Amino acid sequence: MTTRIGIEVSIAVADAVQLCNADVVAAYPITPQTHIVEHLAELVANGELDAEYIPVESEHSAMSACLGSAATGARTFTATSSQGLVLMDEVLFVASGMRLPIVMAVANRALSSPLSIWGDHSDVMSVRDTGWIQIFVENGQQAVDNTICAFRIAEDNRVLLPTMIHLDGFNLTHVIEPIIMPEESEVAKFLPPNKFPLPLNPDKPVAMGSFAAPGIFIEAKWAQEQNMKASKKVIMEVWNEFYKAFGRQYLPVEKYKSDGAKVLILTMGSFSETASVAVDELIDEGKDVGQVRLRLWRPFPFDEFRQAVKDADVLVVLDRAVSVGGPAGPVASEVKSALYNLAKKPKVVSFIAGLGGRDITVKGFKDIITKGIEIARTGSKNEYEIYGVRE
Amino acid sequence: MVTLNDYASTVPIAWCPGCGNFGILQAVKKALVALNLEPQRVLFVSGIGQAPKLPHYTRGNLFNGLHGRTLPAATGAKIANHDLTVIGIDGDGGAYGEGVGHLLAASRRNIDMTYLVHNNQVYGLTKGQASPTSDTGFITKTTPNGAGLPLNPLMLALASDISFLARGFAGDIEHLSGLIQAGIQHRGFALIDILQPCVSFNHTNTFAWYKERVYKVESEGYNHADKAAALIKAQEWGERIPIGIIYRQERPVFEEQLPQLKAMPLVKQPIDPMRIGALLDEF
Ligand SMILES: Cc1ncc(C[n+]2csc(CCOP(=O)(O)OP(=O)(O)O)c2C)c(N)n1
Ligand code: SF4
Ligand SMILES: [Mg+2]
Repeated sequence: MTTRIGIEVSIAVADAVQLCNADVVAAYPITPQTHIVEHLAELVANGELDAEYIPVESEHSAMSACLGSAATGARTFTATSSQGLVLMDEVLFVASGMRLPIVMAVANRALSSPLSIWGDHSDVMSVRDTGWIQIFVENGQQAVDNTICAFRIAEDNRVLLPTMIHLDGFNLTHVIEPIIMPEESEVAKFLPPNKFPLPLNPDKPVAMGSFAAPGIFIEAKWAQEQNMKASKKVIMEVWNEFYKAFGRQYLPVEKYKSDGAKVLILTMGSFSETASVAVDELIDEGKDVGQVRLRLWRPFPFDEFRQAVKDADVLVVLDRAVSVGGPAGPVASEVKSALYNLAKKPKVVSFIAGLGGRDITVKGFKDIITKGIEIARTGSKNEYEIYGVRE
Repeated sequence: MVTLNDYASTVPIAWCPGCGNFGILQAVKKALVALNLEPQRVLFVSGIGQAPKLPHYTRGNLFNGLHGRTLPAATGAKIANHDLTVIGIDGDGGAYGEGVGHLLAASRRNIDMTYLVHNNQVYGLTKGQASPTSDTGFITKTTPNGAGLPLNPLMLALASDISFLARGFAGDIEHLSGLIQAGIQHRGFALIDILQPCVSFNHTNTFAWYKERVYKVESEGYNHADKAAALIKAQEWGERIPIGIIYRQERPVFEEQLPQLKAMPLVKQPIDPMRIGALLDEF
């Protein structure tokens, strides 16, 4: 079916989880994520989704319940945001270390303090190294599609890694967008049943999470790392299958008018669409600019990224999080290290903007790109610029 | 003399008209005035929720931290500066759900502070999900089939050997204010569970619902020094709901039990790096 319906993105994400026939949802409310799990609770209560909904007492408990659920081989989903995500932190490492294919939607929001319920990427960046596959989406359709893909990726027995879908709080979660909801039968065809290889099962006892002495710990981490690296192939395969089945294509690094452009801007998440408009306007004004968007954040798509930016002279990177006292925004730092050993590489200029709900307008992006070109030419005494500060 | 004016704030109040929090705010101010406490002597510590906004609408020192994490921050502040009158403020979600472990620890340690829990039996700020104290069968968006068994915070407090336990009602400001005064004057950890109607998201436990049920334990010759009686009183809910001081005992406060803190608060102690010089020399 290709009819678009107007639907709040949070509701659409919950509907996508229903289409995937999740078995267990454990969650705790937090703005701006709450609508996702409230709608799931409703679907379960109505009998429209045959699942257990556990309204736990904290996010730490939510993720812990997800561990238990996924360990039995149940298809498991949760959603959170900001403080909720960082409260889950220690459990996130266990999920990936135990190779439990949990899927989580993260409604990206700033971290306290100061308290802010508005969007940025400081929550994401603080869980960068938890060993989860992490995918960014830019609009409601992408959120729905990638939620469906996430289950197939996470549960693939060549992967078995928990997967986060990052969607910007409010800018995406609370807007009504025209979205094509796939048919249940199409999703059933696309997404095979979860066949977790070693589930907790009284007939075949297993022990999970055992102690690893120094003689084996590093091997366990190595295996996890190998697996994360290898997951990229499967992720691309799943996106490819999705493209064949539904006609919408996703790539680890997506390009917009970037071929041959001398100046590129790198973005992630919902602000990418605004940046595209800025790129269009700058091209109209005769500037040689283009855009690259990082969809896959973990595993970091080194090859695709290098390929996408190799011919540019300047790469302006937008970060929506600060690494206080660090070398640049977290994304810019990674990008720099990805490029460092290349003989020919663009100059990287790091901008931090859009924190705690501050908008970046089309004009703002044009400004950032223009300033970036200038900094690349003349240099700067700063490692990065925080854009739009009212002094 | 401290007057109500000293506790007046100009911050616009973002609670719904008719919310039980207004009565609690009034009761807090009245208690502080009755005790002649100047705002600068008072430290409000709060988390995230509708209830924790209370300190914004009055005056005093404020530490507004994370959802459910009021008590650890309050503990730190009180240990470092005993001279502060520390008042913790949370909703039932923060106090009895997300942060319930801290309640047991603070109560057991007997930190000298007062903890006001605005118990509206719902998550107000996040727009109406069931909380740990929601009555069985309470229907919300996260509990469309009705909430399960509620937690009894009074029993929990008694189990952690709390030294002052009371329950108040936002609809009886005078009585509540008296409880808050008694809680502040009590040396040790005082928990005041406050029945707070939420007019927007709790249409079960309304003003009228509470009003029909609450009665004052002191009017029935209740002896709040009797722990066995308190354990029975704490279980009353439904037809009749007791308010007043449920249990009170004297036991050493945390600050008195640590030799480092006995003499004076940390903030008043000199920092003398020379005294560890000899120790450092050993290495
Ligand atoms: C770690 C974390 N999880 C979730 C939230 C979202 N949140 C804010 S207040 C609240 C519950 C509010 O209920 P309650 O504590 O009863 O206070 P009330 O608003 O009813 O006064 C929640 C879930 C948060 N701020 N931090
Ligand atoms: S939602 Fe409920 S608790 Fe919050 S201000 Fe309104 S009435 Fe009060
Ligand atoms: Mg509440």
